[in-house]
Amino acid sequence: MTAKVVTIASGKGGVGKTTAVANIAVGLAQDGRKVVCIDGDIGLRNLDVIMGLENRIVYDIVDVVEGRCRLRQAMIRDKRLPELFLIPAAQTRDKNAVSPSDMVRLCDELRQECEWVLIDSPAGIERGFRNSIAPADKVLIVTNPEVSAVRDADRVIGLLEAEGKTDQGLIINRLNLSMVKRGDMLSVDDVLDLLAIELVGIVPEDENVIVSSNRGTPIVLDGKSKASQAFINISQRLQGQHVPFIDLEDHDGLWSRLTKFAKGGE
Amino acid sequence: MSDSNLVQIKGLRDGLLVTLGEAGWSVLHTALLGQIDEKSDFFKGARLALDVGPQDLHVVEMTALRDELSERGITLWAVLSNSSATENTAQILGLATRLSKLRPDTITQVHEPSAEDSAMWVKRTVRSGVRLEHEGNVVVLGDVNPGAEIIASGSVIVWGRLRGVVHAGAQGDKDAVVCALDLSPTQLRIATEIATTPERRSQPYPEMARLKEGHLEAEPWHPG
Repeated sequence: MTAKVVTIASGKGGVGKTTAVANIAVGLAQDGRKVVCIDGDIGLRNLDVIMGLENRIVYDIVDVVEGRCRLRQAMIRDKRLPELFLIPAAQTRDKNAVSPSDMVRLCDELRQECEWVLIDSPAGIERGFRNSIAPADKVLIVTNPEVSAVRDADRVIGLLEAEGKTDQGLIINRLNLSMVKRGDMLSVDDVLDLLAIELVGIVPEDENVIVSSNRGTPIVLDGKSKASQAFINISQRLQGQHVPFIDLEDHDGLWSRLTKFAKGGE
Repeated sequence: MSDSNLVQIKGLRDGLLVTLGEAGWSVLHTALLGQIDEKSDFFKGARLALDVGPQDLHVVEMTALRDELSERGITLWAVLSNSSATENTAQILGLATRLSKLRPDTITQVHEPSAEDSAMWVKRTVRSGVRLEHEGNVVVLGDVNPGAEIIASGSVIVWGRLRGVVHAGAQGDKDAVVCALDLSPTQLRIATEIATTPERRSQPYPEMARLKEGHLEAEPWHPG
């Protein structure tokens, strides 16, 4: 096995990086892939909570790096999907406890163990972000259709380009179609126009995402909602499948134009 | 030559200035890290400006160095060089390329005609957080996104959408112009005049902004 290492970053906080990591990981694991998630947010860990694995943590990533345990010991197996693992962040340390080269070494070891490594980058562009992108083969940038989130995404894309990380994909999270129609929210086109990178997913706003995160059950496990379908589609696109963007509405119009199945005009 | 001759350290108001001597990059690199490891207590937590002289440094080398410094608790905030490749790299990485005061050798260059005629060629999208400074004209083939800044002593031409901050004639040249296919900068400055973009138009068209009788004016640009 040679895993592909994918880092999920955003620049701005609170746009849904951690939710995206948990759900894409579940999506991949449901397809029978062996997946390891790494929480890169040392000091402010969250991924364990959203995956519902908080009470199983014994060792964390800093323990691995500092040699207090073996890599396998820090890999927590998911309680629902046997092929899904989490390496949690340490809560009582800070970002400087791990260096970019530590992350590269750790991921090189993981590459033999699984098929996908997903790294949840912290917000910001400092040490924690640099740690998280150092081993990445691909970086997914999560943004919301908001001016400030898009601005930060742009900055992150620029930094990634500078480091030669050119395999990038964009996830637009929390799109509210009725707000877009009223002209109160940036549209998918507006965001793509500015960021000009490949789109890998559009996730509609859905309050069930928050409910499921609070319960520690990623929404993909529930299966039915459009947000859940959107995350499943992202995990399939990552695996190289061509999946059309979901129709967030029941009729043709703006949405079908965005998804390139246009009938021309409105 | 010993390490201490290759690596000169000077205290500045806002950090340390380290000037590297003449040698290959790998020699200088080793000497620098050697010096730092020797005096690790002194360097820990420092902000470092590095003068690399004529060294051509590319992104790989500069990011590697930045990470190595970061692992030692040192922040690299500026890379000074008279190689344009190195300056370019530093600007891409968002590092400063000059200290607050102009370096003596750049000041003397200002009035040379060569600076007037030269143009910095940028063939990529200039994204948020990038600041490009150039003595002379700047030509961008691509967009200039909000949050990006272009500061030129001459004119600025953008073959794309200009939405960031642009300052042409930054050293007082009132004849400098700013042209773009879609001229919607966050802020546009020519010499000492400042303007913001009025309401966004539905259909963008190419425009040129210049100073007319002390006022900034933009007019549609027609070929021929």
